Amino acid sequence: MDSAWLIPAFPFAGFVLNGLWGRRLSRKQVGMVACGAMALAFATALGLFWLLLRHSPDQRVWEPVYYTWMAVGDFSVNASFLLDPLTMVMVLVVTGVGFLIHIYSTGYMHDDPGYARYFAYLNLFACAMLILVLAGNLLVLFVGWEGVGLCSYLLIGFWYEKQSASDAGKKAFIVNRIGDFGFLLAIFLTFWTFGTLDFREIFHAALLRFQPGDGVVTAITLLLFVGAVGKSAQLPLYVWLPDAMEGPTPVSALIHAATMVTAGVYMVARCSVLYALAPLSMGVVAAVGCATAVFAATIGLVQNDIKRVLAYSTVSQLGYMFLGCGVGAYVAGIFHLMTHAFFKALLFLGAGSVIHALGGEQDIRRMGGLRRQLPVTFWTFLAASLAISGIVPFAGFFSKDEILFETLVTGHGVLYVLALGGAALTAFYMFRLVFRTFLGESHVDPESAHHVHEAPLSMAVPLMVLAVLSLVGGWVQVPMLENGKRLGRFLAPVFEDAEGLLTEGTAHGSHASLWTEGVFMALSVVVALAGIGLAYRWYVADPTRPERVAARFSRAYRWLLNKYYVDELYQAVVVELLKRLAETVHEWVDRAAIDAVVDGAGAFFRHAGTHLRRIQTGLVQHYALSILAGACLLILAALAV
Amino acid sequence: MDNVFFPILTAMVFTPLLGAAILVFVDRENPTLQRWVTLLAMAAVFVFALIVYGGFDPTRTGMQYEEWAPWVPALGISYHLGVDGISLLLVALTAFLGPICVLACWRDIQEHVKEFLVCLLLLQTGMLGVFLALDLVLFYLFWEVMLIPMALLILVWGHPARRVYAAVKFFLYTMAGSVFMLVGILVLYFYQAKTTGTYSFDLMDFMALRLPFRLQLWLFAAFGIAFAIKVPMFPFHTWLPDAHTEAPTVGSVVLAAVLLKMGTYGFLRFNLSLFPEASIFFAPLMVVLALAGIVYGAFMCLVQKDLKRLIAYSSVSHLGFVMLGLFTFTLQGLQGSLIQMINHGLSTGALFLLVGMIYERRHTRMIADFGGLSTPVPRLAVFFMIATLASIGLPGLNGFVGEFLILLGTFKVKPLWAAVGATGVILAAWYMLWMVQRVFFGQVQSDENRLMADLVPREVALLVPVVACMVWIGVAPTPFLKKSEPAVGRVLARVQRVQHTAHLNSTWNPECLVSWYLADRK
Amino acid sequence: MVPLHGYLVVSALLFVIGVTGVLVRRNAIVILMCIELMLNAANLSFVAFSRELQNLSGQIFVFFVMVVAAAEVTVGLAIIVTLYRNWKTIHVDEIRMLKG
Repeated sequence: MDSAWLIPAFPFAGFVLNGLWGRRLSRKQVGMVACGAMALAFATALGLFWLLLRHSPDQRVWEPVYYTWMAVGDFSVNASFLLDPLTMVMVLVVTGVGFLIHIYSTGYMHDDPGYARYFAYLNLFACAMLILVLAGNLLVLFVGWEGVGLCSYLLIGFWYEKQSASDAGKKAFIVNRIGDFGFLLAIFLTFWTFGTLDFREIFHAALLRFQPGDGVVTAITLLLFVGAVGKSAQLPLYVWLPDAMEGPTPVSALIHAATMVTAGVYMVARCSVLYALAPLSMGVVAAVGCATAVFAATIGLVQNDIKRVLAYSTVSQLGYMFLGCGVGAYVAGIFHLMTHAFFKALLFLGAGSVIHALGGEQDIRRMGGLRRQLPVTFWTFLAASLAISGIVPFAGFFSKDEILFETLVTGHGVLYVLALGGAALTAFYMFRLVFRTFLGESHVDPESAHHVHEAPLSMAVPLMVLAVLSLVGGWVQVPMLENGKRLGRFLAPVFEDAEGLLTEGTAHGSHASLWTEGVFMALSVVVALAGIGLAYRWYVADPTRPERVAARFSRAYRWLLNKYYVDELYQAVVVELLKRLAETVHEWVDRAAIDAVVDGAGAFFRHAGTHLRRIQTGLVQHYALSILAGACLLILAALAV
Repeated sequence: MDNVFFPILTAMVFTPLLGAAILVFVDRENPTLQRWVTLLAMAAVFVFALIVYGGFDPTRTGMQYEEWAPWVPALGISYHLGVDGISLLLVALTAFLGPICVLACWRDIQEHVKEFLVCLLLLQTGMLGVFLALDLVLFYLFWEVMLIPMALLILVWGHPARRVYAAVKFFLYTMAGSVFMLVGILVLYFYQAKTTGTYSFDLMDFMALRLPFRLQLWLFAAFGIAFAIKVPMFPFHTWLPDAHTEAPTVGSVVLAAVLLKMGTYGFLRFNLSLFPEASIFFAPLMVVLALAGIVYGAFMCLVQKDLKRLIAYSSVSHLGFVMLGLFTFTLQGLQGSLIQMINHGLSTGALFLLVGMIYERRHTRMIADFGGLSTPVPRLAVFFMIATLASIGLPGLNGFVGEFLILLGTFKVKPLWAAVGATGVILAAWYMLWMVQRVFFGQVQSDENRLMADLVPREVALLVPVVACMVWIGVAPTPFLKKSEPAVGRVLARVQRVQHTAHLNSTWNPECLVSWYLADRK
Repeated sequence: MVPLHGYLVVSALLFVIGVTGVLVRRNAIVILMCIELMLNAANLSFVAFSRELQNLSGQIFVFFVMVVAAAEVTVGLAIIVTLYRNWKTIHVDEIRMLKG
């Protein structure tokens, strides 16, 4: 559909309006412009979705081409979009959740002096994210990819006067750039392999030309995954995401939970055909995803900043999505992406509501007992926590369980066990958060205790909408029921090539019986309940126990609390080393070597001049004598010849 | 004369000179009138450039708007101007920045205004002449002519502390290179006279020559040193930070935006076209130096304490990309290099303008003196941010197009080179954003910073066109690329022809050198 | 009849006297006169050779030399007068501003 360009164009118009004239508009107008732009984008997306559904499944692909962006010789890239069911899911999530978060922001940021700037950035982000998911080729995707990185940088460092905030923004951008390095190389390799960057053409050519396990495709997919690791905060490039919590909380909800960080997962799913041709890359994706899921969950266990716990939880959940994609369960990965967008956005917005109520307090040790004062926040937060922990019938249950189950049936037993353990950890740290924040005694600073108030309507409504979505969002993909997997059917045309490749030759497609599926489902729920139960015992029933455990395993506790010292390691090994190196080189090569030669050349002639000037005595007769001597010498020379 | 009834290139080159002549008769006590005269001359040049740009036919490969007249017929020196796809964009950039420079120094320069403006106009003539001259003596003349006003800009209007050192260093470095080029030109001339009997300095005649490999090596080196110093390539770069730091704002802008491009232009116009075999032979060395420049320049940026020095070193890094693209001998690489020359002119030019504006207000360029400037000067901060993002190659802005095409071309030849080059992209984000953070973010520390005035309409007016061009090239580079493609393709064809006939792959192969060398002796 | 070498010896002697004078005398006027001496030594050679070779161009050349010498004396004396006005001396060893 040619009008697809309208979807990113609306937020872009909002960005231009608020960016150029925002300071002259009233807050209400700014909010109207920003939210209106998102609402229009969402409405357009819904319209296109409706149009898409009217076509038969194999016709649900549109490729509007707008103009030639770059063309040099045989290299040519169009500004083109690709609209298929996968894009549609992403567009709906981005515009829908984005719209809710814009509404929420009007309340949350109400007293901030940079109101217009905030909404301008937020709209720009939406625009870039939509370009990313709508992209019809790798380069347009890269535009969105870098664009969201830029907005993330700007919004993390939104309160730029705070040193930690601007540090975090910079860190996010640079770490992402390291990932983009891989992405760029992947683009180059793709182009010189396939002669095009257009998704459909690449996949078509790849299916024709390459056998599974081909080295070139493996290289491309691994390099692409480096990009995904940076953007989606996986090991070892996850370090920027926890720091990104310096940004305003709705930003964390939108960018660092619901949308931008899932771009890597989207990209892997988009290139599913290539990944299916590269079993090695699939293994790497699955392993990295699983490792990150567990690794981040362990750190999340002991963090005390409410947003940081959620940040590590996001890293961990993204790991699950990659695990899903890595084992070939692309639908499950995208499904989890979608439900995660609902419940994680809700968790962040709920956390924002708490922080808002407490006047900026983020430490869960100084919270507690907020259930009565913040009922809406509590109940919605609880719904989201149940969803992320994977309790029936909340959204997270269906998506996470599908990933776990697919991991098992594709024969990744070790990964399954690890991921299941991670699920228990998830349930534990989420309910630790719930209990310490909303239940138990109040540890709130008495100063601010009587200011505590429930969020205004603009913030409460998005919370409630998202809570409903966190509950029902999973019902589009219900296992074991006839016609239960609607999302799977909707997405099937996108992934059919990849899945065809994966089932080919292997026993991949052999579906386990309903009975087994039921058993493992029950196991997931039991594990989650166990995590919740443990959290209840530690933080509600016996609040002194966590300290005792921490004291007992003090070394392990310290490692976890300090996030395995990874940040310190990077700082020391990479940052400081490079800076030191730069200083040394500057001192020795630029100053001591090159400039010394240059200045030395100058000094040589000046020196020579100071000695040679003595010849110039100023006595005319000396000059005459040398002329005579010269003449005599010349004559002698002439005679000698 | 391509739809124009008068010699438009001559008019373009000598309008600034005419402006300078008029300036001499303008009342010394009336600097405003002097500025207007200069602005008018620069604007006229820009209009001429627009006419040329608009009338340029991208489907033709040869020179257009050619003008030829005998000059010193006895020696075969002629007055020969012409424009093709390679020079077109650079001429347009030079002409575009002319009026902007005049506006930029409107308040900045208060002493010896007339002399300053005369220098600026002479510089403009010299730079346009370099890009348009097709006779090597004429080229050399313009090349040297532009050196003097530039050195004077640094020497007279520079920052008192080290301006003499910087000006002399700039002058000597460049002169040292030009001498080799002069010798090279003469060797070419006499070689042609000996083999064909024609005495001519015309580039077109030289292009028709088939030079022996041994001679090509020497000539490539002679021209190459002159151009490499101008670019500047590592390790000939140390004049640049000093010249940039000590020069007045406009001097830095012209230096970064146009002067450096004369080096890369020279490589593309002369070295690649005239000495294709030698280019192939030297390619590995040039690529290594280019990569070294990319990484080295970026590293140097990390330790700079002075804004201008930092941006100067970032130029070393960016020009490394241009050189990398040139010596990949792929259409993408060459086209990327050409567009990157323009991009660097715009983004670095804008950065120097902005630093100049900051300096005008605070009289310091030390990064440590700033912090939190976003609060008092939000508009300046926005422009600075955009220029920074263009400079670090954010897609959608101009810098990305150039870097992407260069690396794409490089990857085809050697993926490893592209990988090393791409680290420059990471480092660029690091040093530029760190610099922005230290200058614009954080708390405002001192009262001087708190009371800084934001941009005035004149400054906004001169920045907006630059930013508009950045976005334009970033979003729709194809019209620009199309203008230059045939000409670049022709240069490339010259190189590729010998690449195929000589079976010389671009690895540094001593045996190959020896056999070629011996073959020529016979 | 004086043979050719007789003239040439006289000419050489005159020339050497002139050179020595230029090199050793301090008075600028004397130096100027010594230069005249050298010119006349050359003139003598010209005339001698002209007669020996029966070729008039040598004698014509002498006229040129004399004209040039006259012009040179004019300029030289003017310089010396200016020098004296400015420095109150015409001794060349005292006028040495142009030293390195």
